[in-house]
Amino acid sequence: MAMIFVAGVDVGSTQTKGVIIDQEGRIVGRALIDTGANVTMAAEKVFTLALQDAGLCPEQVAFTVGTGYGRYKVTFGNTQVTEISCHARGAVHLFPRTRTVLDIGGQDTKAIRVNERGDVENFTMNDKCSAGTGRFLQGAARALGIPLEDLGPMALRAEKAVPISTTCTVFAESEVLSWLARGRKVEDILLGVHRSIASRAIALLRRVGIEEEVTFTGGVSRNPAMVVAIREMLGIPVNVSEESHYMGALGAALFAREFALAGASSRR
Amino acid sequence: MGENGDIVGRSVKEAAALIRQYFAEMTQAREEGRPTCYVYVMGSFASLLRSFGILPVFSEVVALNTAVRKVAHEYIGIAEDYGYSADVCGYVKADVGLYFKDGDHPMGRIPRPSMAVITNACNTYIKWAEIWERFYGVPIMVVEIPDPSYPGEPHGGGPEDEALYRRYVMDQVWELIHLCEKVSGRKFDEESLREHLQYENEMKRHYRRLMELNKHCPAPFDALSHGTAFLGIMNALRGTKEGAEFFRRAVEEMEYKVAHGIGALPEEKFRLFLTGVPCYPIWRRFGEMFNEKGGNFVYSTYMAFASGGGDVDYDFDLERPVESMAEGVMREVRFGLSRLLAQPQCLSKMAEDYQVDGVVFHAIKSCRTVTTGLAESRLVMTHELPQVVTLYLDSDHMDRRVVAEAQMKNRIDAFFEAMAVRKLAKAQER
Repeated sequence: MAMIFVAGVDVGSTQTKGVIIDQEGRIVGRALIDTGANVTMAAEKVFTLALQDAGLCPEQVAFTVGTGYGRYKVTFGNTQVTEISCHARGAVHLFPRTRTVLDIGGQDTKAIRVNERGDVENFTMNDKCSAGTGRFLQGAARALGIPLEDLGPMALRAEKAVPISTTCTVFAESEVLSWLARGRKVEDILLGVHRSIASRAIALLRRVGIEEEVTFTGGVSRNPAMVVAIREMLGIPVNVSEESHYMGALGAALFAREFALAGASSRR
Repeated sequence: MGENGDIVGRSVKEAAALIRQYFAEMTQAREEGRPTCYVYVMGSFASLLRSFGILPVFSEVVALNTAVRKVAHEYIGIAEDYGYSADVCGYVKADVGLYFKDGDHPMGRIPRPSMAVITNACNTYIKWAEIWERFYGVPIMVVEIPDPSYPGEPHGGGPEDEALYRRYVMDQVWELIHLCEKVSGRKFDEESLREHLQYENEMKRHYRRLMELNKHCPAPFDALSHGTAFLGIMNALRGTKEGAEFFRRAVEEMEYKVAHGIGALPEEKFRLFLTGVPCYPIWRRFGEMFNEKGGNFVYSTYMAFASGGGDVDYDFDLERPVESMAEGVMREVRFGLSRLLAQPQCLSKMAEDYQVDGVVFHAIKSCRTVTTGLAESRLVMTHELPQVVTLYLDSDHMDRRVVAEAQMKNRIDAFFEAMAVRKLAKAQER
């Protein structure tokens, strides 16, 4: 019997991720690009790049699930599943003892309670405001003129965190600048920014109830200072995978595998 | 037209026509200089006002219709230009905007008040009425409704103080009667009050029946869209013959639908419960996001408190109309508020009675009265009914600037995914 391949495409507000897995759930291809203004094009491009990474052609992919804000723009996909369900499914696939998932993305933070199958039992998200999300880090990076990927390593060199009191992403920039004007070290300010986000994320986790193990997913999980802040403030271990950034796309691919194996037809 | 065509769907059409008629009556009252009274949905004393020929103008109903017709931002903008904060109640700001637009409203011309009567059901009511006093220079009557703590109700306590409280409210009602005499130039007519209260009794009996009928599977109406139309009539036409007839026919329609197994949706996949106020800036879309996935709201707390306690099991005693009205308003306001203030105790029971799969908690930014307790209610419900999925949405009932439809849709879709998983697991257990 020929190997079945399926795909998950996660069109996020900031970045678009694509993952291709085989029928055993092993990742065979992945890709990540900035979403940009043309969401459909981003989805198509990431799918093509993931196929290239896997050494496959489109005809070899039996089923594709779109997720993320742009999931309805994955026009070549077969169906859509929200990223809440996808992150839950992906997290339990990589860390089977996961019961709580924290996903911090570009404009959303989600706290999700899951069961042993990776089904969502309860979830909560940040409100309309992007405070406590990756956007908060972007604001700080812009205010300080530092590349986004350098924020975490710099924050880890801090000696004493500066308290960042505002929760507003826009006002955070002016607060950061005001601390700079008062002579505080950039590293200390950055640690404060990370702790501010962690504190809001943990408040969301508490709302759904924290049950071990906790798995941290989403683009912000690639930031080492954020991982440390979450672990320290929670006081328990937190799973983070190299694939955490792709968790939504992986979850979508796992749903695609489920649909393909169940013989589901396109639900487009 | 099909075999069900004459009856199925008629109440929604009739409600829409009656609401248009109510706005036309307000426009006419303005043109003719008929006395009017600004009121709120909780404790409107509509039957008493109507017995004096005073037209009750429901300020919340007027305000929300600017949002439904997608022009609320114009009114809110005027109020904010005048100095009101973005955090002030959207209803208040739309009303302030209406004052500066001299009553110009997408559904007619709203009359200026001759007087206003308010209760302490919502803390904003009192500050809002102070604005009217300043803008219009008309008499304002504040009726304070105490909490008699009826046995069996969430507040607990006993009935020992009820007589005292009733007397307290009745004394205030007599003050209100004297004010109405002064404003209308008419003497108090007990027989007329009795007649309006009788219509109000009929309306409420039918309203309770409607809510009871929605316990059926499939539920015959949607407590969000149809329910809001029903409570609109419960307020606007309270104590009128047309209102009583409307609800009689609505019950007839819903009984027919139950008897024939006709639900509000072609297929009721999920039974839902709404807590809070609808999202009027995207009124139609808000409902669609649930309905298109087979979710039907079978109950809403809004139908209880925003109808002025229309579902409260109390008939006015027509032999003692003034005293009974005092008692009735006391119960309606307090029981209506119980759905807000004692939600953790009430909601689980209602969710069980209506066999709901999911509960939507709709937090609205500019209303602390309705929103403050929602998180607590959600937690209690999660513990008491773990089989029920809950969804917490943040937006507003009036201000489109804080309504993020894409985010809302994302949460709603995930809510349905979680309910589907829960249903599947339940089916596999059997």
